[in-house]
Amino acid sequence: MFKYIVKRIIISLLILLGVSLILYVLLRCMPTDFIEQRIVQLKASGQDVSDEFIQQMYKTYGLDGSILQGYFTWLGNVFRLDFGKSFINQRDVLKEIFDPDKMGTSFFVAAIATVFEFLIAIPLGITAATHQYSLRDYVVTVLVLIGISLPSFFFGQMLKDIFANKLGWFPVSGMKEAGITYASAGEAIGDYLRHMFLPILTVVILSIGARMRMTRTNMLEVLNSDYIRTARAKGLKESVVIYKHAFRNTMIPLVTGLAGLIPSLFSGAMITETVFDLTGIGSYALNAMTQADIPVIMTYNMFLAFLSVMGVLLADLMYAVVDPRVKLA
Amino acid sequence: MDEKELEKMSPVNEDEIAEEKTEPAMGNVSEAAETVADTEKPLDKNLKLMSPTRMVLRRFFRSKLSIAGLIMLIALFAFSWLGPVVYRRWGETETDYTGATDYSAIEMTDGYVQIIVTDNGINMLAKPSGDHILGTDEQGMDIFTRLMYGGRLSLTISFLAVFLTSALGIIMGGISGYYGGVVDNVIMRICDVLMCLPTLPLMLIIGTVLDANHVPTQYYIYLLMGILSLFSWPGMARLVRGQILFLREQEYMVAAEAMGYSTPRKIFKHLIPNILPQILVSMTLSLGSMILYESTLSYLNLGVRIPYASWGTMVEVISRRSDILQNHFNVWGPSGICIIIAVLGFNFIGDGLRDALDPKQRR
Repeated sequence: MFKYIVKRIIISLLILLGVSLILYVLLRCMPTDFIEQRIVQLKASGQDVSDEFIQQMYKTYGLDGSILQGYFTWLGNVFRLDFGKSFINQRDVLKEIFDPDKMGTSFFVAAIATVFEFLIAIPLGITAATHQYSLRDYVVTVLVLIGISLPSFFFGQMLKDIFANKLGWFPVSGMKEAGITYASAGEAIGDYLRHMFLPILTVVILSIGARMRMTRTNMLEVLNSDYIRTARAKGLKESVVIYKHAFRNTMIPLVTGLAGLIPSLFSGAMITETVFDLTGIGSYALNAMTQADIPVIMTYNMFLAFLSVMGVLLADLMYAVVDPRVKLA
Repeated sequence: MDEKELEKMSPVNEDEIAEEKTEPAMGNVSEAAETVADTEKPLDKNLKLMSPTRMVLRRFFRSKLSIAGLIMLIALFAFSWLGPVVYRRWGETETDYTGATDYSAIEMTDGYVQIIVTDNGINMLAKPSGDHILGTDEQGMDIFTRLMYGGRLSLTISFLAVFLTSALGIIMGGISGYYGGVVDNVIMRICDVLMCLPTLPLMLIIGTVLDANHVPTQYYIYLLMGILSLFSWPGMARLVRGQILFLREQEYMVAAEAMGYSTPRKIFKHLIPNILPQILVSMTLSLGSMILYESTLSYLNLGVRIPYASWGTMVEVISRRSDILQNHFNVWGPSGICIIIAVLGFNFIGDGLRDALDPKQRR
């Protein structure tokens, strides 16, 4: 077991190295780097930009050497836990990314959405499986498949148009009402939740489908196994058969699936956040992307890659914990 | 849908098998069975033999959802490919120059009213009428016509991307699963690396690189989706590898080995046909997600470029103009609905195929 984990961690490190190399090379291949954009801005504002100044800029941002040179400097700094400073506002990258306003917002949306996703999808999956080929099964299947098929930007904009613009039930966009001082903490939380409702709803509806289909197929497989027939033959109540005997075994893929969810909790929903003007990490990364802010993009993506590699490892370990038949080698 | 989930999905439904058992008595005897009956006189004449293909087709068409999906897609294909042939009133990038004069009044502070008369001649944002079935967009182009051309592009692109991705995935997964050992290890680690790369940021970078190299607008999206395929084959490769690892241990493969068949024959005649069902299901489902992907890229201004039309590009306008979002549903609504219908159609068919092709249902 211990040996297995060590081996997996070493492989994970190699994978992360590969990911970082590809990402860095691609980023440096971007045709308009940050300095160029900056210089165009400076020139537009009427300042004189000398060649020496440009060279100086490249040097201070660490972009003067070749791509490989730059990569190894970056790697060396990372090993010293120095992730660099954001090109855009010169703040420490870690402070920027793990800002409660950015990562916090995205995490809040993703966490709440995930809870609701499970709360809604699992019961739906179970009823669809126990009533296979009935009207209920068809209706649930069609509804969740429509959910999967919705383009996030289209659905988000439509919700915004209907519930915020036309009906006015929810604020159109942003994180809080502009220019309002709250009388109490409760009011502030209420306002925050009102702003978060539509984004969370969008994420939940888009993600229910996959989880529900998974629950349904797993449940069907278990319901057809022999021990369920035995349980029924013993004369157990149907509810006991389903929730105590069958459901416990469908939990295996659900529990291991939890580990795979870790990266999505922190990645932020890029499109949804841009649609609703949230200051989450997703829209922040999208913005950093268009401005070629290399330290931010590298740190953000490497953090996610780290989480997903760890998620896979954790999922495999969980398998062994939940299902005693699985042996790790 | 995630490929990993796909692998886990293999429903067994016994009621279906039970139904299959009761039917043969009155069923029509297939031709193959008849010839056998004539020459050899089998013990049980009532036994109905069905070719696997027919069995799959029957199961597929029994599901109402897969028929619905099929109808939806046929309708969309007909609309996109036959539509422009029948309805030729406007071209894809043709601007309607019969615009009416616009008046707008601004009340000045000193009591006067200033009237601004604009006459740019472009009939933009027109309401649906006989001239323009779904009205015109902000550039005075006919939405109904663009919807048809957009469908051509969106559907073609997703098919190309899925075929490229699947071909790469099958080859890599096949090599990995068949040869095993070091080759397998290397390919799987490459898969891991590629799966850790975030797709959307990656496409953003590659989009700007393509921009800088002045790729012509009409080829741009093809190139972008081609590159996307280079990064998205690991899912298919893992599916194929897993299946081949399982099949390699089966008795019939040992028999094939003992017969001294050549490696290509073993791979293409014995292994690939057995994985084909899973590949087909996975391809159908990823067709839907590719359409979503293409439209998301177009929405982020990375996909098909105006004046060329794709369903995603036609929705993109609402990210820039909130007045269009609020007042002109006819500009962005229809293309969004087309995207949903297409993706839903592929999902229905994929779902139906998965149930129909499930080997556990076959007797």
